[in-house]
Amino acid sequence: MTELKKRLVQLEVLRYDPEKDKEPRYQHYEVMCNEEWVVLDALTAVKENVDPTLNFRWSCHMAVCGSCGMMVNGEPKLACYAFLRDYEGVIRVEPLANFPIERDLVTVADDFIDKLKRVKPYLIPKEKKTIEQGEYKQTPAQLMKYRQFSMCINCMLCYAACPEYALQPKFIGPAAITLAHRYNLDSRDGGRDERQEVIATHEGVWECSFVGACSEVCPKAVDPAGALQQVKVASTLDWFKEHLLPGGTK
Amino acid sequence: MSRNPYVRPISKTGWWLKHPRYVRYMSREITCIFIGALAMLMLWGLKRLAEGPAAYEAFLASLKSPAGVLMLLLILVFSIHNATSWFNVTPKAMPVQIGEEFLAGKYIVGAHYAVWLLATLVVLLMAGVF
Repeated sequence: MTELKKRLVQLEVLRYDPEKDKEPRYQHYEVMCNEEWVVLDALTAVKENVDPTLNFRWSCHMAVCGSCGMMVNGEPKLACYAFLRDYEGVIRVEPLANFPIERDLVTVADDFIDKLKRVKPYLIPKEKKTIEQGEYKQTPAQLMKYRQFSMCINCMLCYAACPEYALQPKFIGPAAITLAHRYNLDSRDGGRDERQEVIATHEGVWECSFVGACSEVCPKAVDPAGALQQVKVASTLDWFKEHLLPGGTK
Repeated sequence: MSRNPYVRPISKTGWWLKHPRYVRYMSREITCIFIGALAMLMLWGLKRLAEGPAAYEAFLASLKSPAGVLMLLLILVFSIHNATSWFNVTPKAMPVQIGEEFLAGKYIVGAHYAVWLLATLVVLLMAGVF
């Protein structure tokens, strides 16, 4: 069996102890890693061999759970998807930007979770069916309409990249609006009016000025920026229908 | 164990210098000043036209001065940047689904360039260039 190449990896990790520190501080670590490892492996090696007090979130280690989002050299990344071979020199690891730091690399995600709940990211069926009436059917073409947006893993990298969210924290933000759009596009769904009340607002999609950073950092190629622009187009058409067409409600 | 989350400060004015993608965004946003300037210039030209032939000739002459040419060049450069940067992101805002596939973005972008070229030719034709 071929032996894996080893490398002494240097990490500069932003640490914060809420019980002792007034503000975060950088701590330098050196840890022997396999060249094929990811940043998450390096952090785990630090925790196991160098400093057991280091805190970070992770779960699946395969870019599915969305738990290990952090800033790697200033870029929002999943730590399990950031390969050491792509980095030279000291790797700076910080908690996900635009979120309060709970402890070390762990951030407070409450704001995102609240916003996610507000957009009702679940199917609200057009017509209620009993189990006897069978399933809600969908053609492959109807599935493709929203499939890309259903790939979101709620990792919050898009919020860390979004300057609008940084400057205006009430902004509902890329992932939540994208998920609302995903259900709005679903042929089985009838909940668009309820979601529009939340997302077609100044705190919603109109806070977005299309920086596009969300789509550039998304690890699942969801393209939240695309979803938000589509919501803008659809909401604008709603406005014209309401105000200009005969029989409009206003 | 007590909670005491730390909120990192954010520069309200310097944030866009922190990453090339934010600088690119600002370079697109700044073009609106020049698009606005062009609109004002057109309105000013209309006003001068309404004031009579002498006023309009003076307006045209001012555009041909070195300062006028420089201003028009700047407006041209920033207008092209404005148009192209928006054209290039149109597939995000208006995806075209055909069956189970989506039309490749290059066709949507290409259609915008084609219409732009056509509109330019029509304007040049009306202006008597050909």
